[in-house]
Amino acid sequence: MNKLMLIIKREYLAKVRNKSFVIMTFLSPILIVGMIVLIAYLAKINDNETRVIGILNESNFFSNDFNSTEATSFVVFRNITLEEAKDSTTNMGYYGLLHIPLNDNLETVSANSFFYSKETPNTSVLDKLEDVFQARLQKKKLQDLGVSTEDYASIDNRFEISTATFSGEQNLKGLTEMKAIIGGAFGYLIMMFIIIYGGFVMRSVIEEKTSRIIEVIISSVKPFQLMLGKIIGTSFAGVTQFAIWIISASLLLFAVVYFFDIDLGGVNTTPNLPMDTATTIESAQSNGKMQLYINELVKIPWFMLITFFVIYFILGYLIYSSIYAAIGAAVDNETDTQQFIFPIILPLMLAIYVGFFSVFSNPHGPIAVAFSLFPLTSPIVMLMRLPGGIGDGGVPLWQLLTSIILLIGTFMAIVWLAAKIYRIGILMYGKKPTYKELIKWLRY
Amino acid sequence: MDKILVAKDVTKRFGNHTALNKVSLEIPKNSIYGLLGPNGAGKTTLIRIINQITYPDTGQVLFDGKPLEPKHISMIGYLPEERGLYKSMKVGEQALYLAQLKGLGKVEAKTRLKFWFDKLEIGDWWNKKVQELSKGMAQKIQFIVTVLHEPKLLIFDEPFSGFDPINANIIKDEILQLKEGGTSIIFSTHRMESVEELCEYIALIHESNKILDGKLSDIKKAYKNNVFRVGLCTDNGNVLVNELMDKFNIKMPNYVIEDSQLDFNIQLPSSDTRELLTYLASKANINHFEETVPSANDIFIQTVKNKNVDE
Repeated sequence: MNKLMLIIKREYLAKVRNKSFVIMTFLSPILIVGMIVLIAYLAKINDNETRVIGILNESNFFSNDFNSTEATSFVVFRNITLEEAKDSTTNMGYYGLLHIPLNDNLETVSANSFFYSKETPNTSVLDKLEDVFQARLQKKKLQDLGVSTEDYASIDNRFEISTATFSGEQNLKGLTEMKAIIGGAFGYLIMMFIIIYGGFVMRSVIEEKTSRIIEVIISSVKPFQLMLGKIIGTSFAGVTQFAIWIISASLLLFAVVYFFDIDLGGVNTTPNLPMDTATTIESAQSNGKMQLYINELVKIPWFMLITFFVIYFILGYLIYSSIYAAIGAAVDNETDTQQFIFPIILPLMLAIYVGFFSVFSNPHGPIAVAFSLFPLTSPIVMLMRLPGGIGDGGVPLWQLLTSIILLIGTFMAIVWLAAKIYRIGILMYGKKPTYKELIKWLRY
Repeated sequence: MDKILVAKDVTKRFGNHTALNKVSLEIPKNSIYGLLGPNGAGKTTLIRIINQITYPDTGQVLFDGKPLEPKHISMIGYLPEERGLYKSMKVGEQALYLAQLKGLGKVEAKTRLKFWFDKLEIGDWWNKKVQELSKGMAQKIQFIVTVLHEPKLLIFDEPFSGFDPINANIIKDEILQLKEGGTSIIFSTHRMESVEELCEYIALIHESNKILDGKLSDIKKAYKNNVFRVGLCTDNGNVLVNELMDKFNIKMPNYVIEDSQLDFNIQLPSSDTRELLTYLASKANINHFEETVPSANDIFIQTVKNKNVDE
């Protein structure tokens, strides 16, 4: 036990004192915040440009329909020919010219209107112009049908079906997706941690092999102790790094927002959000439903979620990092690891993508259930399902327990196998192992 | 109990390959024991079994009369053939870590390390990083770490590879002092001439089998074949050679005549040299006359040859 502590301490110190580790730890938050600020800044610049559009309106329609906004302003030309208007537009440096010809019929006028511009016009400008025409045409058609504007407004009513579970708990649309995103964030964190720090464990094993210190050490401690100490020490270093990242990034972000007054609303923070979720949230806001969503978010069982995050995180990380340690022991240098790395990354990727697609559409569908039970994907997929709660309306208790029991069983089996490969592999030099060879090692 | 280590019928297989085949050894206390044999003979496997890095398939190893247990690890010091240090760690810190892994307390380890660092005149390396050291320098650190916890049994696998002659001698002296202090020592090497002079006992390992073991002086006695190396001062060497061949009825193809000096090897039917010496003394001035004792290498080659003939 005492020796294990010594190993953990050494691995931790070796990792956190490493120059590139220190640089990464302190540079990453600056880079991330810098990126966010840059994106926000660029988005702001992009929006700041005001386009001036000339209008030559020879018809009797549209006299009050083109209203200037922050992004677009309109200048009306009067009593000049089209050619003169074009010249003026170019001379004044306007963005473009809208020509509305003279005619008694609105449809003909609309059909014969033209937008002239120096370069291919921006779609948002065109959308804006088209909206004006569409609204005007629609109004006229309604008048022709004898429907008054007021009547029309009264039938323009969006409808949303209200949903509830059988126990009477009311659901909000889009909430499933929101919960999956929260769970997904936890799952994604686990995946990133495994890939980054599992890799560290592997490289550390390879370093011990290439520096030939391994045999000196295992004449004092058991190979299993060394492997375990390495995994735990590296994960402590990882937790330290993550903590520094989260704390310093949020401090930096806060400072930047506070001092430079940059509107982060310009950054779309949830690019993965499906369109209907975004619109639902929008309409919820306008309907004053936001309060309900906040209530729902508070109602998410955070304590339970974080507890299970820790459980799945520890088990998942131990499984994967012991595989990484075994790979490191089996090879002589990092270039030989490729063939073994891919099969590890595969279930992780699968978990993230399948998780996002299936859990989003149906958190309790067969695929979601299967992947949240399968031990190599369950740490990620189960966490995506868990924000829905346990039991009624959430993950059935038996599934949760089965998944954890399977995970623990797999953990013990994998660590046992990995320790065997590790024990043999660390003393093998100059051989590029094949899978066949590894299986042979298991029988030594 | 006068044996520090006893191996009984130790067998180890890796898949289809047998690394050790029923090897039995007895290593007396307070002696230097040479484990000799070519690369791949199974020496390192045997040493790893003694260090409990691997375990025998069958057979038993006794340490100080008792079956090997994890607690014995701290009583053994092992300098592996494949040895190295963490490159980016500082020398002192690393030595301290390795000493603590052997079970020494931090304070005790530090005191002993200071003593050894001063003894080998490397006190100013404490805060250097290992990657700044030369190979020979790193070997000194490894040597210190191996002996620091004052083990009862020291195992050196190819100890002198990587040392320049001066440092090799320093280390050799340290090892002899440790032996004087009561430590038992195993040398493992394929370069037999390098440790022959140090060893009192040897075992020869060849293709996973022990083919010979015992006290080196006894073995040499058993293997000497009455060959003598003679140097004479004479002007007519050729005549003398022919007379010798006739008189003693022997073949003598290896002789050199140079500047009135005749050198040759001669094998006698028995260890009785009186007749030959009397004869030679009557014919010429004798410069030297000595028995050629076979080297461990000669013995090894001869044993392997005999073994192959037997099979």
